[in-house]
Amino acid sequence: MATTSTAPASKVAPAPPPVRVVIPPGGLRADLRGIKVVWQRELIRFWRDRLRIVTSLFQPLIFLFVLGGGLSHIASGGTEGVDLRTFMFPGALAMAVLFTAMFSAASVVWDREYGFLREMLVAPVRRGSIVLGKCFGGATVASFQGILVMALAPLVGVPYAPLMILEVLALQLLLAFMITAFGVMAAVRITQMQAFMALMQMIVMPLLFLSGALFPLSGLPRWLAVLNRLDPLTYAVNPIRVAVFRQIDLTPAARAALLPGITWFGWQVPLAVQVLVVAAFALAMLQIAIWQFRRA
Amino acid sequence: MSDVAPTRARAIALAADDGGGRASAVEVRGLVKRYGELEAVRGIDFDVHAGETFGFLGPNGAGKSTTISMLCTLVRPDGGSARVAGHDVVAERDDVRRNIGLVFQDPTLDGYLSAAENLRFHAELYGVPKALVPARMQLVLEMVGLWERRDSLVSTYSGGMKRRLEIARGLLHAPRVLFLDEPTVGLDPQTRSSIWRYIEELKAAEEITIFLTTHYMDEAEHCDRIGIIDQGRVIALDTPEALKASVGKDRVQLQVDDADAAIAALRDRFALEATIAEGHVTVAVAGGEEFVPRLFAELGVPIRGVSVARPSLDDVFMSYTGTTIRDAEAAGGTDPMLAMMRGRR
Repeated sequence: MATTSTAPASKVAPAPPPVRVVIPPGGLRADLRGIKVVWQRELIRFWRDRLRIVTSLFQPLIFLFVLGGGLSHIASGGTEGVDLRTFMFPGALAMAVLFTAMFSAASVVWDREYGFLREMLVAPVRRGSIVLGKCFGGATVASFQGILVMALAPLVGVPYAPLMILEVLALQLLLAFMITAFGVMAAVRITQMQAFMALMQMIVMPLLFLSGALFPLSGLPRWLAVLNRLDPLTYAVNPIRVAVFRQIDLTPAARAALLPGITWFGWQVPLAVQVLVVAAFALAMLQIAIWQFRRA
Repeated sequence: MSDVAPTRARAIALAADDGGGRASAVEVRGLVKRYGELEAVRGIDFDVHAGETFGFLGPNGAGKSTTISMLCTLVRPDGGSARVAGHDVVAERDDVRRNIGLVFQDPTLDGYLSAAENLRFHAELYGVPKALVPARMQLVLEMVGLWERRDSLVSTYSGGMKRRLEIARGLLHAPRVLFLDEPTVGLDPQTRSSIWRYIEELKAAEEITIFLTTHYMDEAEHCDRIGIIDQGRVIALDTPEALKASVGKDRVQLQVDDADAAIAALRDRFALEATIAEGHVTVAVAGGEEFVPRLFAELGVPIRGVSVARPSLDDVFMSYTGTTIRDAEAAGGTDPMLAMMRGRR
């Protein structure tokens, strides 16, 4: 044991080479990272804000159970025996998404107000990726709200059908994406929260009413039919309704009255085209939002 | 330094890309910015050496914020050029952004996220390699004394804590140049001095260039070199000592009831041009203490009080601009950049 020498305490192992922080250059990976991190932040914030989850649910529930329940007796003549609440359920599914997506877009206004927008704008990523991250974030949280409303299906006589759930979820994602992109586009220019919310209410409520979320498209007065066809929400609400109604038994008369489909100058617009209209609208909104953001 | 805190020095040792040379961290040539009719920055030239702390001093509205915004690629210059960390601020915008850290006057944190989440967001946005993020985060948070509070929501932070967190975040991606736009504005004196302590520690530990703007003269003393900007032009640029030496005179301030008579008397009897600064008749004179007895004997205007001060940066500012920085601000300079930012909020 005497021969074993202990290492002197003062002797220090050679220092490892310094940790080099090398920031990689930009490009696609940087942009994808930007999208992901902005998206993640939207989710974290949404999850923290439980009150928002509850309040955004409130409006569709009011429409569905209070309005739908209250009007069901006077409406019973026109719904061919279908409960008005059942009829309005697809509209409520769209509505849940609509309001949540709108609030998500409003976060751009908040972010400017609290300065966080600058943190994002000075980062070495393209602005388009920030907009995309916001829109994906809005679409994700809105669809989560949509799922919550979808869970109420049995209460209005709609069964849980896996196919319907998937279809509706996909449509809700698309719709929410479109609304968020629209909201982000508006939020770049509007710097006041009150003004933004007022504008959104002013635009979104009429769009919602015109879309046929709350009434059947058959037998509309001509002017209303025209406005309905111009409303992009129409092309999201109708496919949702088709997906839901496929799961319930309808008499041919009820089907004709409640699901007349959408026509352009007498041409029956196929579902795929309707979905394409929504997608095209969403992409156009996104493009404008990105373009606005670049100039801001 | 490295033997004092070897682990820290190791963890912070940084290397951004090697595109830029070592000589100048910031090179500005003939930089111009106009807002409509107003020329906010009127063709300025200066260099900031790598590793120095450079202070940009001037009243609000002098063009400080506009200049810093151009250097940070937030505002496009209307003329001239600027290179930061070796990259052109217009042509190589993203390269500049990767190599700079920014701390703004106004907070840019997300109050709904914790400090750690704010930093993680930043790390990912800037592409800090994943493996380095935890060590880097701990390092910068410990530096500003917020490591223990890292999981608290930022909305629960005080103003001083937020500013410290912003500084930590600005350093997270190991920038070569850190821009601090009025880093201590609106903070209490204690927090101000602690912010300066962090900056000093940072200088000791990291190889970093600091570019800051301030309108606090006492803070400018911390800088290696100072550029004085007034009405869109750089009117002086040197070390604080050299600038003070260039003034060469003491500042004598008189409290009098009849300021106009006192100014006239100073001109007639002593051939000195006095001005009113901060409500007092102020005159620059060599050997101020010896001047006071003569003043009482010969001025002929009742004097209620006198103070004599060695040249300070205030005097430097005054000798170059003819006004004190506080009076220049009271005169109501508006920074167009600032006004724009406010207008947009």
